[in-house]
Amino acid sequence: MNLDTRTRGPAASVEEPRLIYRKPDVLLDRSTHYCPGCGHGVIHRLLAEVLTELDLAPRTIAVAPVGCAVFAYDYLGLDFVEAPHGRAPAVATGIRRVRPDAFVLTYQGDGDLAAIGTAEIVHAAARGERITAIFVNNGIYGMTGGQMAPTTLLGQRTTSSPAGRDAATMGFPIRITEMLAQLPGVAYAARGSVGNASLIGKLKAMIRRACEVQIDGGGFALVEALSNCPVGWGMTPQESLEHVMGPVTEVFPLGVIVDRTAVDHAAAGRAIEPVVSPKANPTPEA
Amino acid sequence: MIRSEEVLSSRRSRVLMKGNEAIAEAAIQAGCDAYFGYPITPQAELLEWMARRMPELGRVFVQAESELGAINMALGAAATGARVMVSSSSPGISLMAEAMSYMAGSGTPMVLVNIMRAGPGLGGIGPSQSDYFQATKGHGHGDYRVPVLAPASIGEAMDLMATAFELAERYLTPVMVVADGILGQAMEPVELRFRTPERHTFDWALTGAAGRPARIIKSIDLEPEVLEKRNLALQQKYRDIARHEVRWEGWQLEDAEFAIVAYGTAARVARTTITKARERGVKVGLFRPITLWPFPTRELARLSRRLQGILTVELSSGQMVEDVRLAVEGRCPVAFHGRMGGMVPTPDEVAGALKALRGKAARR
Repeated sequence: MNLDTRTRGPAASVEEPRLIYRKPDVLLDRSTHYCPGCGHGVIHRLLAEVLTELDLAPRTIAVAPVGCAVFAYDYLGLDFVEAPHGRAPAVATGIRRVRPDAFVLTYQGDGDLAAIGTAEIVHAAARGERITAIFVNNGIYGMTGGQMAPTTLLGQRTTSSPAGRDAATMGFPIRITEMLAQLPGVAYAARGSVGNASLIGKLKAMIRRACEVQIDGGGFALVEALSNCPVGWGMTPQESLEHVMGPVTEVFPLGVIVDRTAVDHAAAGRAIEPVVSPKANPTPEA
Repeated sequence: MIRSEEVLSSRRSRVLMKGNEAIAEAAIQAGCDAYFGYPITPQAELLEWMARRMPELGRVFVQAESELGAINMALGAAATGARVMVSSSSPGISLMAEAMSYMAGSGTPMVLVNIMRAGPGLGGIGPSQSDYFQATKGHGHGDYRVPVLAPASIGEAMDLMATAFELAERYLTPVMVVADGILGQAMEPVELRFRTPERHTFDWALTGAAGRPARIIKSIDLEPEVLEKRNLALQQKYRDIARHEVRWEGWQLEDAEFAIVAYGTAARVARTTITKARERGVKVGLFRPITLWPFPTRELARLSRRLQGILTVELSSGQMVEDVRLAVEGRCPVAFHGRMGGMVPTPDEVAGALKALRGKAARR
């Protein structure tokens, strides 16, 4: 397919194809390991679009999680470091502090961020670390074969809750984004969904805002994306998206949970800019 | 806490410094860009020194939420090519083991200081060398090693901090400096003589992929054939380190019939024992490993050919003694004396163990 931007010009004849979408260069030409119908691909694309639109890719240092998105660096053409399971916010903190000029990003799943990595995400948020966390919540450990996650719905059957999640022994799903939103260090926290095209558009706006917040020096930003796992949930892709928009969204309501970018941070008693090293390291390559 | 400006502005060539603070300052003078820590006794003064000094130099200090947080911050900072360091004490090192394995696997340089305390478990806060196995054989999962440097004085610890950064950046590996709690807590006169290793240009450092292909720092390879290649490359690195980086010190070994093998504080106790024994005409010397890994196996093996016996002294139940026995391969008897729980062997105790060894050797 040769979609040349020149075809947008007024001189283009009606027979020529009109460019309506162009895959951002950040999104590499590779087929992914994700299962058919999985939302990760959509979220990768949204992120790639936002990084391209804001011209952030050249200075992005991203942190890959452990989980289904462990190979995110195979699909996104960004400088990437692999973090141990759950530790991405700490890794991102280290990058942020020595590279005040970089755009720092974590991409984490719900097992990574809301179970094994709770300490790291809470304290990165509490420090108001100027990083952007993309949090993909599909309510299951997909990579390891579909076990119960901290975000698994009550009654949901998984390979480690075969009779369904029972609150008496397995507790309740965690709304960690709401928990984090309590912290004054969190500049922006929002929850979107990949349920349908309209929701995907809204999710993209949230991701864009979470990136802008970092550029503006506002503090910690997080976007939770409600996603699906057709294989792990035992559903068709279409059924799984209906499920996201139905029962999942009932437990995890959509919207901007907190936006402190407008408030007076000095009055709130915290510095906007974290301590950074102005010069300790070699300058990034041009 | 000593005021850093008082120490550092001293016109005297030798000043009195606490081990933890001297190690911290040596790391700073070695060019440490970023330090990440978490309070734990007996290394807290190291963190406190960094908390004051790093910001005043415009460098990075972060007190993390845990040792897991600290070392993963170090991992992130090191991935950008910064010169980074963490420190802790034994229980904290157990938590740091996870990221050590990742950093070894991905070839990320970092210096980690362990001011060892007595275990197992929460144990106590007294000095100990009971993390020898952890430092030399273990910490995290997988087939990897890290160079382990063991100073016996505060002055040597200062010098080895620069060495640690050099090794980390030359071989792209985490490097451990292990000192028992005495070296962390004691004060000694030290020379304010520092070394700053040269900076390398890293063609792997993450700086943002502007104008070049993206860089990836990782340890994962799901294809066994590919992962085996990564492992083979690591093992080649470890062979290179073992060939070039063995460090040890001999003392009074020229005419020795017996040797005490000891490192760190135990080596200093052994020196006192040796001095007293020499006064009585006992021909005994000291073999002090400075790199615990790579262990000076060949050097000790060579020495053991002309010895009648070796006594290993440790602040542990006997961990390094296993490497001593592997090096000696039965050429002479190897005895052990150690104390645990934060207790330190006395020179008289060591003399008693040496006497027993000499008796055993005489009966052979």
